[in-house]
Amino acid sequence: MSLSLEHIDLSVGGETHIADVSLELEPGSFNVLLGRTLAGKTTLMRLMAGLDTPTRGRVKMNGEDVTGVSVRRRNVSMVYQQFINYPSLSVYENIASPLRLARVAAAEIDRRVRQTAEMLHIEHLLDRKPLELSGGQQQRTAMGRALVKDADIVLFDEPLVNLDYKLREGLREELRALFRERNCIAVYATTEPAEALALGGHTAVLHEGRLLQYGRSEDVYHRPLTLQTAELFSEPPINVLHGIVSGNEVTFDREVHFPLNADLSRLLPGEYRFGVRPAHVSLTRRAEDDIEIVMGVDMAEISGSETFLHVADERFHLTVHLEGVHEFEVGQAVRLFIPAHKVYAFDRQGGVVHIPTHHAGRG
Amino acid sequence: MNHKVYNNRAWWLILPMLLLVAFSAIIPLMTVVNYSVQDVFDTHTRFFTGVEWFEATLNDPALQMALLRQFAFSFTVLAIEVPLGIGIALLMPKRGWQASAVLILVTMPLLIPWNVVGSIWQIFTRGDIGLMGWGLRELGYGYNITRSATDAWGTIILMDVWHWTPLIALLCYSGLRSIPDAYYQAARIDRASQWAVFRYIQLPKLTNVLVIGVLLRFMHSFMIYAEPFVLTGGGPGSSTTFLSQSLTTMAIGQQDLGPSAAFSIIYFLIILLVCWVFYTAIMNLQKDKQQKGT
Amino acid sequence: MAEITLKGLAHSYLPDPKGPEDYAIREMDHVWHQGGAYALLGPSGCGKSTLLNIISGLLEPSGGEVLFDGERVNSLPPEARNIAQVFQFPVVYDTMTVFDNLAFPLRNIGTPPARIKERVLEVADVLELTPQLRRKAKNLTADEKQKVSMGRGLVRDDVSAILFDEPLTVIDPQLKWKLRRKLKEIHRRFNITMVYVTHDQLEASTFADRIAVMYEGQVVQFGTPRELFEAPNHTFVGYFIGSPGMNFLPVALDGDRVMCGETPLEVGEAFVRSLSGRHSTNLKLGIRPEFVAVHAEEVPDAMLAEVLDIQDLGTYAILSLRLGEQRLKARVEEDEPLPHKKAWLRFPSDRLGLYVDEYRVEVSP
Repeated sequence: MSLSLEHIDLSVGGETHIADVSLELEPGSFNVLLGRTLAGKTTLMRLMAGLDTPTRGRVKMNGEDVTGVSVRRRNVSMVYQQFINYPSLSVYENIASPLRLARVAAAEIDRRVRQTAEMLHIEHLLDRKPLELSGGQQQRTAMGRALVKDADIVLFDEPLVNLDYKLREGLREELRALFRERNCIAVYATTEPAEALALGGHTAVLHEGRLLQYGRSEDVYHRPLTLQTAELFSEPPINVLHGIVSGNEVTFDREVHFPLNADLSRLLPGEYRFGVRPAHVSLTRRAEDDIEIVMGVDMAEISGSETFLHVADERFHLTVHLEGVHEFEVGQAVRLFIPAHKVYAFDRQGGVVHIPTHHAGRG
Repeated sequence: MNHKVYNNRAWWLILPMLLLVAFSAIIPLMTVVNYSVQDVFDTHTRFFTGVEWFEATLNDPALQMALLRQFAFSFTVLAIEVPLGIGIALLMPKRGWQASAVLILVTMPLLIPWNVVGSIWQIFTRGDIGLMGWGLRELGYGYNITRSATDAWGTIILMDVWHWTPLIALLCYSGLRSIPDAYYQAARIDRASQWAVFRYIQLPKLTNVLVIGVLLRFMHSFMIYAEPFVLTGGGPGSSTTFLSQSLTTMAIGQQDLGPSAAFSIIYFLIILLVCWVFYTAIMNLQKDKQQKGT
Repeated sequence: MAEITLKGLAHSYLPDPKGPEDYAIREMDHVWHQGGAYALLGPSGCGKSTLLNIISGLLEPSGGEVLFDGERVNSLPPEARNIAQVFQFPVVYDTMTVFDNLAFPLRNIGTPPARIKERVLEVADVLELTPQLRRKAKNLTADEKQKVSMGRGLVRDDVSAILFDEPLTVIDPQLKWKLRRKLKEIHRRFNITMVYVTHDQLEASTFADRIAVMYEGQVVQFGTPRELFEAPNHTFVGYFIGSPGMNFLPVALDGDRVMCGETPLEVGEAFVRSLSGRHSTNLKLGIRPEFVAVHAEEVPDAMLAEVLDIQDLGTYAILSLRLGEQRLKARVEEDEPLPHKKAWLRFPSDRLGLYVDEYRVEVSP
């Protein structure tokens, strides 16, 4: 089963929700739709499912045009943010419900329900009612309903967002393993770049109804075509420094001068925006050509095992992503080092002109 | 976002609804309109009268008095039932078996048919065997609803309050139940008085249900018929003859189809007008708040 | 001003509790010092909301004492305790303006209007609510509403503690950061004890100077974010803090070798010494994925593990590994070589913790 969207537009009441999206999803692939709230992720999923019809463009399944075909005639299933189950039915009956609608034989239903429940680790809860379960278990039940019927396309609309992060960690990993053995197309919407990376597979970056880039997740992450993709596919967002290249040096905001290193020497004179990932900024010098900046601490966010240090002055605002827990005083001056060989360069339109060679990916 | 798959066959689904509305509202209303502009003698003889019936109706002093009485009645019962209903709702227990018990008890009057209510009160107020009539007399008050217009009025209002306050109470109770506990906790922490809690937390949350309650009660009370008819028969004199009773007398008793049709339409328009005025007033009140806000 | 002391505090929702499992709060002692920024962190059902309600006065504990500045307040209602609370869902008085909302607690105690105005303007300024003062609270965004409910606590001179009950639940992700920053700023400006209840490690660690981690009705560790990360006092803290959480390997001593199942572990003399003579059979070694040293090539004193899965997270990768029968995770930075199929692991002894009956035990070198 393959799914392709060809030049899809969707506008409602003169307002454009999806603009010229073309996507080719391969059989057995795991695809993440990454974008902020209102980027068009849910809308695009509804178009894939056949819940909505595009204003323009074609939706094809296995090469066959299914643009106007209703969702009931397509073999799709969907998992939502909210834990949607039949409250009066047991977990068993909930999972069995799509099969009962399809008039599958009782023995076969039993086999598949138990198999699916086992896969999702809820086999001991089959007799319970959904509302007696924890949030994580309820969402597993909803996933069971989506997975039991061997759909051609399984759509996940931010399914983990209402769970706490420990449950999210576990379920994310299981999902990854689950779909490795399946031959259906999985589409998974999320707002979190880390989730897109953790799930592996492919990522489509969406912004304001447009598709910015699609490809293998690591490729999109390491080789963004535009500054916008780089900003969206990075949490915290990639740091952007305005700089002017003249002769063989870069000047950031008229004050900080740096000689162009070997990597960047190909840049023609002019104005650029340089992107530095928060995780690449360091508190210690690691290489001779590191760019050194001294700034004051605005705030340190600590996530338990990581520290997000926000530093700012009149010129720049930078975020530094540090491993481990570090304590900082507000206003404290810190010496930061930006590795010159890990810097991206974008032209004034935001198109990428330099990708650090280091990020070719490591397979 | 809600770009649906269009399927025009779905229009057929509303056909039964259209037919139903036609039979229940449009056709009867048109019949009435038809009668109101003609003078009908028999199946073959009829004259077009234009607005003549309407003029006559509007100039009829008996009907004018009935209209005044009707307004007086509706506003009086609303003025009593709304605060009383809110009060009862506030006093009702929030949880436990007491909540269910009180709920059933309060709802009871709502389940009794109109004319039965009339009969109950008719007996209740009798001087010889009625608890209230007898009781008041024993207390030395010469209570008599067939002779004293004041007594008759008071009793009808009391009866309506007894019958319909539970509706307001019920609506308010459900409104109050939907207020999260956190609001009350916050108010306690802010050291709000009981009155402030009512004024700033409970009342604002009740606005929506109260709009529905007042509209319903106004329409209801404006059309009141069976209860006063059974209790007082509109008397003494015509002191408790309300609009619907005048209409019935005219249409059934005197067979004046033309004027009563015109009257019906005026009646209908008054209810529509008052409801509309009331509704837009409330909605504007809320809109004003928002505009002031921005 | 208040120092909040919990003395032998315990609470059960049952009238006649028997075992420890009947308690929502198991007997505990705890002190929140005046002016501190604290967090109460734990998964749902750990008892943190119960504890919050006991401190705020909505719930009377079934055992022990709650002391405010040494004075017993067990049965005092919330309004008599000089505390303010910010709830999960914004609680504002819809029909009032922002100004009236902020003035409300002051008007209730009969503060003179001039003083009210002064206080409200001051607090609105700090909260950046000045432009909204004349607007109805109903029309505010969720984050503005939360600021208003916080402001109602700040205007009062007599408030000595503000309790936050997961206050950022309904706030847009992009705005959470701003509000967290505002909270820290407010804590610095006002000398107020703040207790922040959450299940989110980022919110707790960012806000608080010290975090109490709750698990099954008990505070299992009370420490700085750094202590929780580097030296979790309980296996639950190790698991709950950090993503992924700490690795725990059940161990036993076989002669002078530390065994994890059938696999001998290379963990140095100190651990062998510390393990010998333990009576408990519940012995675990804990190490964070960040501190597992991973080598793609064989090195001396390293243990061979099988690589099950690699999660490439961009600037680092999380490896799922199998060491003997034990699964564990390790973090590898992008500059370090990624092993394929086989990896050689070392556990630096200064990063390794010994856990006896789930609690950390000091290992003297």
